[in-house]
Amino acid sequence: MSIARPLPHDAAPLHVTGQARYVDDIPTPANCLHLAFGLSRIAHGDIRSIDLSDVRAAPGVVAVLTADDLPHEADVSPSAHDEPLLATGRVHYVGQPVFLVIAESHLAARKAARLARIDMAGREPILTIDQALAADSRFEGGPVIWQKGDAGKAIAAAPHRLEGTVEIGGQEHFYLEGQAALALPQEGGDMLMQVSSQHPTEIQHKVAHALEVPMNAVRVEVRRMGGGFGGKESQGNALAVACAVAARLTGRPCKMRYDRDDDMLITGKRHDFRIEYRVGFDGAGRILGIDFRHLVRCGWSMDLSLPVADRAMLHADNAYHLEHVRIESHRLRTNTQSATAFRGFGGPQGMLGIEAVIDRIAHALGRDPLEVRRANFYADAPAAGEGGSGGNGPGRERRAAQTTPYGMAVEDGILNALVARLAERADYAGRRRAIAAFNAENEVLKKGIALTPVKFGISFTLTHLNQAGALVHVYQDGSIHLNHGGTEMGQGLFQKVAQVAAAAFGVDVSQVKITATDTAKVPNTSATAASSGSDLNGMAVKAACDRIRERIAALLRCHYQTEQVEFRDGTVRVGKEELGFAEAVKLAYENRVSLSATGFYRTPKIEWDRRRGRGRPFYYFAYGAAVTECVVDTLTGENRILRTDILHDVGASLNPALDIGQIEGGYVQGAGWLTTEELVWDEAGRLLTHAPSTYKIPVCSDRPRVFNVALWEGENREETIYRSKAVGEPPLMLGISAFMALSDAVAACGPNHPGLRAPATAEAVLAAVARARG
Amino acid sequence: MTQVTFLLNGAPVRLEGVMPERTLLDWLREERGLTGTKEGCNEGDCGACTVMVTDARGSRALNACILLLPQLHGKAVRTVEGISGPGGELHPVQAAMVEHHASQCGFCTPGFVVSLAAAHKAGRRDFDNVLAGNLCRCTGYAPIVRAAEAAADAPVPGWLEEDLSKLPLPGPAAPGGDIFLPRSADELARWYADNPEATLVGGATDVGLWVTKQLRSLGKVAFLNGIAEMQEIAIGREEIRIGAGVSVEAFGAAMAGIHPSLAELIRRFGSVQVRNAGTIGGNIANGSPIGDSPPALIALGARLHLRRGDVRRDIPLEDFFIAYGRQDRAPGEFVEAVSIPRQPDRLRCYKLSKRFDQDISAVCGCFNITVEGGAVTAARIAFGGMAATPKRAAAVEAALIGRPWERPTIETAMEVFAEDFTPISDMRASAGYRLEAARNMLLRCFLAGRGVALDVLEVQP
Repeated sequence: MSIARPLPHDAAPLHVTGQARYVDDIPTPANCLHLAFGLSRIAHGDIRSIDLSDVRAAPGVVAVLTADDLPHEADVSPSAHDEPLLATGRVHYVGQPVFLVIAESHLAARKAARLARIDMAGREPILTIDQALAADSRFEGGPVIWQKGDAGKAIAAAPHRLEGTVEIGGQEHFYLEGQAALALPQEGGDMLMQVSSQHPTEIQHKVAHALEVPMNAVRVEVRRMGGGFGGKESQGNALAVACAVAARLTGRPCKMRYDRDDDMLITGKRHDFRIEYRVGFDGAGRILGIDFRHLVRCGWSMDLSLPVADRAMLHADNAYHLEHVRIESHRLRTNTQSATAFRGFGGPQGMLGIEAVIDRIAHALGRDPLEVRRANFYADAPAAGEGGSGGNGPGRERRAAQTTPYGMAVEDGILNALVARLAERADYAGRRRAIAAFNAENEVLKKGIALTPVKFGISFTLTHLNQAGALVHVYQDGSIHLNHGGTEMGQGLFQKVAQVAAAAFGVDVSQVKITATDTAKVPNTSATAASSGSDLNGMAVKAACDRIRERIAALLRCHYQTEQVEFRDGTVRVGKEELGFAEAVKLAYENRVSLSATGFYRTPKIEWDRRRGRGRPFYYFAYGAAVTECVVDTLTGENRILRTDILHDVGASLNPALDIGQIEGGYVQGAGWLTTEELVWDEAGRLLTHAPSTYKIPVCSDRPRVFNVALWEGENREETIYRSKAVGEPPLMLGISAFMALSDAVAACGPNHPGLRAPATAEAVLAAVARARG
Repeated sequence: MTQVTFLLNGAPVRLEGVMPERTLLDWLREERGLTGTKEGCNEGDCGACTVMVTDARGSRALNACILLLPQLHGKAVRTVEGISGPGGELHPVQAAMVEHHASQCGFCTPGFVVSLAAAHKAGRRDFDNVLAGNLCRCTGYAPIVRAAEAAADAPVPGWLEEDLSKLPLPGPAAPGGDIFLPRSADELARWYADNPEATLVGGATDVGLWVTKQLRSLGKVAFLNGIAEMQEIAIGREEIRIGAGVSVEAFGAAMAGIHPSLAELIRRFGSVQVRNAGTIGGNIANGSPIGDSPPALIALGARLHLRRGDVRRDIPLEDFFIAYGRQDRAPGEFVEAVSIPRQPDRLRCYKLSKRFDQDISAVCGCFNITVEGGAVTAARIAFGGMAATPKRAAAVEAALIGRPWERPTIETAMEVFAEDFTPISDMRASAGYRLEAARNMLLRCFLAGRGVALDVLEVQP
């Protein structure tokens, strides 16, 4: 059985030898043209005139287009139709594409793109949250407000009250492969697209729209991406549409890839947030009432900001049962890059909000933050976890399922048991004592430790996206061709799904050929996003494979006059006979049995009213927890993660090696977001950190010195593919433990709460040290 | 006609009419179809384009995106395609990477493979250091290090041996036109005096960005990496003389036993790929206010040796830096060497950056303080990142000299930093933080002598 085996990534042998092809590696016809955008240098203003004569005269330039030169409207927004491919009259951020250069080489296009003379009438840009609030610059008219119980009353009546603010920075995706697209014009005006995108159907849709052709005239193929992380859900639209339009215009293949600096200047990032809170709690730290105000900097266009901000609200509770809660979310429009999807999709920011509140409550009460966390956990589901030790927090009696702030019953809780196990394995209590001793002995260096939980909702909150299709062929030699709507960005989706297919036929996974995602094979796909890839596509593939297998089995039952047919270990046992899988397939072919099938899956049980904030947006929750220990230098704020222990719930793993890879990588990416990764804009709205020389993602030595990752033994209580759980996004939020450990270390410096801001750069840590000392 | 010859994955390549701005990365991908080497950032920061270059000095990892073709003249280049054996056999590092799940999206993987293969060939096991120049956004690095450890004991495959004798002898100045490849300092001196408008390229870690990011044409260029005599480090009784062409990596290695704090500073300078390419002369001559070698060298009392034609002069290094973008270097004059007087080691270097490894300093503070009989008798303190040039902290030095080496002296001296420095705020740090951190570096220097634990990099969990 191929399920649950720790097989390597299917493309690993290609990766390590340099043979794995990404868009820019695909051999192109010799007459291929190359594109580059000319970018706005100001954050807000009206275009008075554009002089492109030098651009046109530059060596190798074939054509230059502005919005006026486009044959049809070309919008590249994934949502509100508010993103023209090229600026129309007004520019809205530094880096906005204003014109498009089509040239004989990538370098010629880049060089020419710098030669424009654009006369702009500058307008006052809105850059910050405060400026946007003051100008009432926002999406959706006003804030979205969800509530449960009466937070105001509960806070007023609580024995203890606090209020405060959490500043949370954004994050650049820094996929190693920058955005790239290639358009190959076909006969009759059709277009074949090769793109680096998490969302081929969206590319198909936007290209068809820009070319004014039906979707059936556009075929989009994605073999793999060199990383996505949400940054290739919508941000590849512009390149693909540009290539398609230029290819239509010139009749030649067109390729576009952003230079790294352009990529970082043009594309959206994780939303930065300010979260204001008022909380009332009792002497044990139990939250009695809480009121959040999320201020979300969305950038210039809507993009995916509404569902991102929704998901932040949906994770404002994280793992904690809140009886009286109010969440108000402001989606602010600013003259900056349009913030977009990024692993976690708002969830991380929402979660960090309440984790910071818990940290503050614990500090105010002089309690261990873990104790306060446990006092607020949702109850575990009965018989959850192995052994079902109950594990409910102290003083919490079991009752009917508790509900989230949006009214969804939490029926699959395991965190009490999971956290108890992790705290024991990581010797949280012992190490906390050792850290206290270390801090007493050390004047300059201070250590800290924190255990933080993750409860992450799995499903697209736009309910109709929770569907997937697959196409499976079995050829007459017994080899299997697998296709589905999910895209491969490194997460190992293709291998997991191939394992599902191999299991369905009882063959070795090497017999399954994994092929590029192709809108001509599986139509109407959802983005590979929301951690849903293997949940959705695994089920669709299983459905397709099961249909073919059942057809073969039906033939064999009839042919051999037996009811016993079993596909196992590469053979088919039919009564007392044993056929090779290929033999059985050959027989089916010769008996005119269809060996090709589609599969389809739609997630059951979910329904959601985002306006009211009520319903069951998620099929289930994925859980996990991490303990991080760190050390801080109180002279400079420099800091280091020393040790991390993780226990994470992936249900019954489809592939434990790939899952652990997601967890390790997600943790480090999350820790990077909250420590060294700082986006800095200047007062004119120019992003100053637009290259890896200035934007610092973790490097090798930043990983925890000791890094223990284990999978929680359990299975999904819902009927997911082999009872597994999604793993893409949830582990990122384990990185919050690093931030809280830093806060804990800084708290050792003085009597006050550190009020650490994220990202906790050395500078931010040193500022927090000063606050702690008072 | 410009002609460049080198070995590519074992086979000789002869290129005619090479433009000085042509990068190895673009050439590999666009002309040779060797697309295993990736462009991740095009500025030498991500390592996705890492290749292995071998010459008489051995094999080393370099970033192909900022490696200009003429720099390869007479050398052997090996890309990820050449790390595997001729029959497709996996290198031990490649096999271990598969086995240990060390690739996810795979885009950074070829660069990691080459960096690890170069380290493996050199017998290095300090993986945090050899991988600091390779960014991975997927794995969190843990499985890559597991793979590196698993492959460490395997023998180096024979196919990685380079037979440089397959190349025609790298005779004098094969290239021509705008490209000059001097073989001696005398040749360079004569040519540069005649062509003072030309660009001198040491390792191209800075000039490479003029090409890839500013899209500049270089005009006439002399590539200095063929001048063996300028790549020598002479450790004498009176002084250590470092040729301008000495790589930052070689300089760091030479300092390990002499000024270990400087060696540790160099360990965090750029990445191994950048240190293998970049030169000490280049780090000084480009006049950056945030280059990491000048503050340390100034604190050590280094002198800079300049040459124009046959005229040589030497000056205290701090005098070379006149203002932002202005150095004391006449047209046609070049940095030939820098020398450090021999002295007991008292140097302490502190590099502060957002990320420990491979990051440009927000503040780099270097302290060379002599304490005799409990009092400070001499102090040379220099900072990078605190002014428009690398600069000595004259007022701080004055506040220390002659005073007892005690906490009150330190606290007094900390107060006068603002007389020496008015730093700026930028994307790396605010002015206030720079000043506070610089002050605290002096305190750290003081506490270091009192046995106080100060280095987060040395703390164990």
